[in-house]
Amino acid sequence: MKSSASAPTDAAPGGAVNTPQQTPVSRPPVNARAVVSLEGVVRHFGRFAALRGVTAEVDAGRLFLILGENGAGKSTLLRIMAGLLKPTRGSITMLGSTDLREVASRMGYMGHAPLLYDELSAMENLRYFAGLYGIAQGIDTRCQAAIRLVGLDPELKRGVGQYSQGMRQRISLARAIVHDPELLLLDEPFSNVDVQSAREMARLLGNMRDEGKTIFVVTHQPVVLEAVADESLLLSAGLLAARERGLPEYMKFPYSQRADHTDADKGNDGACPGPVEGGER
Amino acid sequence: MTVMAVARRTLAKDLRLEWRAKDAVNSMLFFALLVVVIFSFSFDPTAEESRRIAGGLVWVAFLFAAVVALNQTWARELRNQVLDAYRVSPAPAVSLFLAKAVGNFILVSVLELLMTPLFVIFYNLRSVGPVYQLLLIAVLGTWALVVNGTFFAAISIRTRSREIMLPLILFPISIPALLAMVDATTSVLTGEASPRFWLQLLAVYDLVFTTVCVALFDTVINAE
Repeated sequence: MKSSASAPTDAAPGGAVNTPQQTPVSRPPVNARAVVSLEGVVRHFGRFAALRGVTAEVDAGRLFLILGENGAGKSTLLRIMAGLLKPTRGSITMLGSTDLREVASRMGYMGHAPLLYDELSAMENLRYFAGLYGIAQGIDTRCQAAIRLVGLDPELKRGVGQYSQGMRQRISLARAIVHDPELLLLDEPFSNVDVQSAREMARLLGNMRDEGKTIFVVTHQPVVLEAVADESLLLSAGLLAARERGLPEYMKFPYSQRADHTDADKGNDGACPGPVEGGER
Repeated sequence: MTVMAVARRTLAKDLRLEWRAKDAVNSMLFFALLVVVIFSFSFDPTAEESRRIAGGLVWVAFLFAAVVALNQTWARELRNQVLDAYRVSPAPAVSLFLAKAVGNFILVSVLELLMTPLFVIFYNLRSVGPVYQLLLIAVLGTWALVVNGTFFAAISIRTRSREIMLPLILFPISIPALLAMVDATTSVLTGEASPRFWLQLLAVYDLVFTTVCVALFDTVINAE
């Protein structure tokens, strides 16, 4: 990570609100290696300010968590990075370009909703979306590989509308990675996903990061990515409140240090699965 | 990746979705059928009167029925926010517009093919003028309806009362085309005048609005 005032700290933020770190950070120096550069990004919805001046730069090949309470501006930030929203003020550079359409083929986005056609099967969905990225040769092989990567069977014939919510999330991830993007933007990828599948998805993201891809994950279940997350960006009330290496201490899974813990110990109902084992860099 | 390649892929996907769900075709057919039957019982016209009113009746029925289909095709893109997946891709926006417009053209043409025999039977229609001209009017008129309809449906789809919004925007702007379609059809059915002027008007209308819609669609689809 190359950054200026927003460089990660090892100190646990404790209460992210009302700390000196919460003030908007000053403009960072230009970083030629940055894959994402946000400069004073402000976004208003009517009179409501969802983002109030986010400035950050990040380097390639790292996995970032975007954390914060509901309404902190996490999804808005991700949608701006994906090009779905325009900032009210400020500028954004993705993969070296300020024109996000230019670099759209190098980015993958997974939204809150599945972004899939219910009436089409997983393969039909992926075939269509892969085609939008100009993939023509070996399209079936790539789609099948993407579906297998997320732990599903490409032979499933029924429409994705008949899949469980968790299966749809996984197909949605497959859709986002089918064109092998350099930069991946994921909004709540683990919602409604069972514990084991969430861990497998986290491991997959860790592997992709190891291959050099840059990944941003908005999540309320950061502990799933504890072992693979390089850095956390903490948003609070539309501001970048803090940057931390890995996962902030106070968010780590309380049982993760225990060797004898079991799923039953955790009282884990699937909403907050434990961390991925291994994969530590 | 060319505009036409993406448009073809999107059209194939849309037709497959419609084949499986049959949302648009069923609702259009049901609506048009109701109009034919109700008007037929309400007016009970003679053959001569039928020829005079059929042009207006046919095109108003098709226009109302088309609105149902136009809303359906975009509603499908909003379910699960699938449109966002298209917007983040490098695929050109105009491909999406062309695919939707051609898809709607096919659906409305199917409706016209199925409903025309019913109109002929219920209103005892027989064309005095050359029938091939009716075919030309149908092609130009249908395109006039769907090209604007597809464009304005994309605008209205994100509003709260989209079912009301689309007719409110579409009908006033379709008046010149509707006038041309009705008068051209009546001219051919009665054989009293040449439909040439109205056909030319329709062709110009199609050309102008297709150009404008294609040029502005990128702005519409990425509007917040």
